[in-house]
Amino acid sequence: MSAVDLAASVRTGQRSARSVVEEYLEAIDAAEDRIHAFNLVMADEALEAADALDHRVASGEDPGPLAGVPVVAKDNLCTRGVPTTCGSLILQNWRPPYDATVVKRLSAAGAVLVGKTNMDEFAMGSSTENSAFGPTRNPLANDRVPGGSSGGSAAAVAAGFAPLALGSDTGGSIRQPAALCGVVGVKPTYGLVSRYGLVAFASSLDQVGPFATTVADAALLLEVVGGHDPMDSTSIPEPLPGLVGVLEDGVDGLRIGVIEELSGDGLDGIASDVQARVTAAAEALSAAGATVEPTSVPSTVYGLSAYYVIAPAEASSNLARYDGVRYGLRVDAPSTPEMNTATRTAGFGDEVKRRIMLGTYALSAGYYDAYYLKAQKVRTLIADDLRRAYQQFDLLVCPTAPTTAFPLGEKTADPMLMYLNDVCTIPSNLAGHPAMSVPFGTGDDGLPVGVQVLAPAMAEPTMFRAASVLEAAAVNGP
Amino acid sequence: MTERISTDDVAHVARLARLELGPDELESFTSQLGAVLDHAADLDSLDLDGVEPTAHPLPLSNVLRPDEVGPTLDPDEVLAAAPAVEDGQFRVPPVLGEAP
Repeated sequence: MSAVDLAASVRTGQRSARSVVEEYLEAIDAAEDRIHAFNLVMADEALEAADALDHRVASGEDPGPLAGVPVVAKDNLCTRGVPTTCGSLILQNWRPPYDATVVKRLSAAGAVLVGKTNMDEFAMGSSTENSAFGPTRNPLANDRVPGGSSGGSAAAVAAGFAPLALGSDTGGSIRQPAALCGVVGVKPTYGLVSRYGLVAFASSLDQVGPFATTVADAALLLEVVGGHDPMDSTSIPEPLPGLVGVLEDGVDGLRIGVIEELSGDGLDGIASDVQARVTAAAEALSAAGATVEPTSVPSTVYGLSAYYVIAPAEASSNLARYDGVRYGLRVDAPSTPEMNTATRTAGFGDEVKRRIMLGTYALSAGYYDAYYLKAQKVRTLIADDLRRAYQQFDLLVCPTAPTTAFPLGEKTADPMLMYLNDVCTIPSNLAGHPAMSVPFGTGDDGLPVGVQVLAPAMAEPTMFRAASVLEAAAVNGP
Repeated sequence: MTERISTDDVAHVARLARLELGPDELESFTSQLGAVLDHAADLDSLDLDGVEPTAHPLPLSNVLRPDEVGPTLDPDEVLAAAPAVEDGQFRVPPVLGEAP
């Protein structure tokens, strides 16, 4: 059942929130051992929250647009008094003293938080194999990865553990796992959703967003968590554009470009079965009345290189705070500098160490101009190229991920091979634009393929209209 | 094997980042970081003369709010998360004197 329908049934008293939550907790009990989507299942807290909601409905109150809907949150979103690990040993036992704004908004809308989901450590990865607490498995094929870094959130929604999830997307960490697990995943415009209480990875790129099984559910969740927050100085001080109300508006008359450089013909790494689905999606949009044509956005292919300088540089600065002093792990040593080093060496996994060192190197004297400054200039080129494309097109389309879900262990030994997963998703993060992945059929292996819809800043309504058209075409089409 | 970054370079950045690497790690990290930097070399082909760097996607700067005291974190709750505390403060081993 969709989140929209669940909330309606709880608000009108047709169903108790307790019965809804119990149903999802049973689904978790039945399959979590096999999937490992969670770092923490909050069964007792969820049932208590459900009872409180039922009490409010019984006394005539309306708990809100997500009344009684189970939601899971990526384990880098702060939950007061509830462990928030970021998939890292260095925060294994950390209980934040405050809630993330998105977590507060969930609960104010009547949603029930049922767990914290597994993730690549500090959101660095594309397979959820970099979690200190073991990998998450793809619910559709347990020998495959769910994607990452928000793999636990994507897997939880795909497995029916919750109808909705929150993740974070720095270079594709919502969209790529959504594609690999066959669910909808949205990276909103930078600044549309508050980052207050999102543990920082790369602050100029990080954005919180929804996972859902339907486009309408994703729109509802984004409406609930989005909008200006004075606690985040990078939050856009404008009203949130309405999404749920435009879903039926269609794409008739819209101009949609298919990015040549990020498609099968332009980029070697895009699998032919993935490209075939993108072509089918373009045809579906065209059949629905949009003008669809290929277009060149040349600098997008350089996004990967720019990102893997910029994101590690920001990470090396952000992760300097894990020093064993104020929170998290401390490994004792005779002096504070030795304690800092011992703590970080024991607390961080290999991928996090790689990125910290890469970022430290790119920012260090003698290499700053060659790497960091150059990458920032390329960021400008990509934003300019996208701006030019949006003078001609309302939306752009390309694959979300180059392939369907790959086997566990296949890419762990070669970080550069893993990074190539993000080639189609990174440009939107660098430009601060919204983009979303919509399931659109399957590849040759029978596993889901996601088609990515990209839009200019604050054009989420147009993006969701196209997503709705694709969703309908995927259900009814080839 | 790339020439782009040496084991000495990696040992240096590890020290700057307060990380300790074993000999095997130093080798494997050097080769992995070299591969990423090799890939980043594709940026060298771009003409970036006169292009302004972008540090942030939003044109926001110096966001201010009225200077009014709002709710703050509870000190006891904050200190409860610390590895060591004394007299309402974070406690650490000696900072000066025996640093490496």
